[in-house]
Amino acid sequence: MNTTDNSLEAMQEILFDGIVQENEEDRKPVYSISIQGLNVYMQDQHILKDINLAIPDKSITCIIGPSGCGKTTLMKTLNRMHDETPEVKIEGSVIVDNENIYNPKVNVIDTRKKMGLLAQRPCPLPMSIYENVAYGPRIHGLKKRKALNQTVIQYLQYVGLWSEVRGRIRTPATRLSVGQQQRLCLARGLAVEPQFILGDEATSALDPISTKKIEELFIKLKEKYTVILVTHTLRQARRIADYVVFMYLGKIVEAAPTEEFFNRPKKQLTRDYLTGSFS
Amino acid sequence: MKLKNYEEIFFKGLMITSASIIIAVLLFILGTVIYKGFPSLTWDMVTKLPGGGFYLGKEGGVLNAIIGSVYIVAGSLVLSMFLSIPVVMFINFYLSKNSLFANITRFSFDILFGIPSIVYGAFGFALMVYMGIRASLLGGIITVAMLIMPIMMRSLDEVVRLLPRDLPDALLSLGATKFEMVKVIIRQILPGLITAILLAVGRGIGDAATVLFTAGYTDNIPVSLSQPAATLPLSIFFQLGSPVEEVQNRAYASAVILTVIILLLSFSARYFSSKYSKNKI
Repeated sequence: MNTTDNSLEAMQEILFDGIVQENEEDRKPVYSISIQGLNVYMQDQHILKDINLAIPDKSITCIIGPSGCGKTTLMKTLNRMHDETPEVKIEGSVIVDNENIYNPKVNVIDTRKKMGLLAQRPCPLPMSIYENVAYGPRIHGLKKRKALNQTVIQYLQYVGLWSEVRGRIRTPATRLSVGQQQRLCLARGLAVEPQFILGDEATSALDPISTKKIEELFIKLKEKYTVILVTHTLRQARRIADYVVFMYLGKIVEAAPTEEFFNRPKKQLTRDYLTGSFS
Repeated sequence: MKLKNYEEIFFKGLMITSASIIIAVLLFILGTVIYKGFPSLTWDMVTKLPGGGFYLGKEGGVLNAIIGSVYIVAGSLVLSMFLSIPVVMFINFYLSKNSLFANITRFSFDILFGIPSIVYGAFGFALMVYMGIRASLLGGIITVAMLIMPIMMRSLDEVVRLLPRDLPDALLSLGATKFEMVKVIIRQILPGLITAILLAVGRGIGDAATVLFTAGYTDNIPVSLSQPAATLPLSIFFQLGSPVEEVQNRAYASAVILTVIILLLSFSARYFSSKYSKNKI
């Protein structure tokens, strides 16, 4: 456990020293997720190469990079969704709350409960709006009707959907618009009471207005949750991210606070990507 | 006009012709059955058991065969659902895509699918002889279940394989166990499940070869699993074989009854599935 703490501190300095130096007293970030020496192989391909990354709590971290650079694969290692594909081999550790989630003793369901996932396209469950939000709490043991009702209303209000669906909460969720469905999926994920929110290009299927709503929600979410987003639009990262991680060909090229990343990138590759030399 | 325009017209014409032939064949069969059977289709046919002289053209009906067919199909449906739903869920969600075991399972039910029903009948009969069971409702149920199981598995597997990965991923990321996930997925594929059931029932209720040796035939309604049971296809077969014209017409009337049962099942299943998916899903 000691080595973990040491390397964690070392990484904080490497990756996010900018912000630590600025406000050393009151804004020193806390890191609940730290990825150490992570290598992911799929069949013969080496997809993620020696990833070391600590993700600051209560902030938005955007992972950017060209298609096929391993952003989604990295995201999937966080909630152990690679468990479903046995061809994937994972080496290294992902430490969440001082515990390596790839330790065989760790229960995968507990890990996934901590991570709320918002997928690229909204995927409502084949149930009513109410049942969609109530599903998570229900499978995790909340049975009382009153408590369930309260949870459902609370999270629908949180994502700003309550006023829109109030009278038709018992109708199928598939009847909502795509933007509404994505907010419903967010509410469904939040109802499980995760610590982290993972968004895998969560706005790429949405129109600009729905995108704006989701982005505003992400900003609101970082008060309570740690938000990690994969995005392929640089502008979105610039708009909402606190930290940006740039990946290329399975490696992390640069990780820095947003302002520094966009204005004073350290690596030539980052500069090229930002200026659009490749994408 | 250019050649490719003629080509377009020619192939469009060909497609319309093929579609029309399909519809015409269906109408022709239905027309024959109804034309020949409708005059003999009396209320007695569906409400009475065969009387003493039924096969000579005297009073009675085919209630024994109607009830027997319904029993056998319902029983085999339950039996095959209990086996095929878990199989399909297992090979799709518990095993990986390239799993050898899953592929062997798929290959097995593909082969079972192609086995003629008379072979199932003979196999069921051999099995019953070995186990010392006589021709009975139970024997019929088991044999028909063997016949319709591959049909259900194949069509269910098709439906499940077309399901986008989003839904299982969404469920697992909420912290659902595999079994909780499968329960929701079954709700999602309900229309497909009903289609699979319909295909299976359609095949099972109309098949004569499987029940010929295994369920036997009787003029009474079976009251226990060990008693023989009559079925509509066999009833039609026996009546058609009669030299009495009156009885032959009743065979067509029985065919009308069989067709109506299948149509009723089909329409009601579709109605309930659409109703369920609109309100609950």
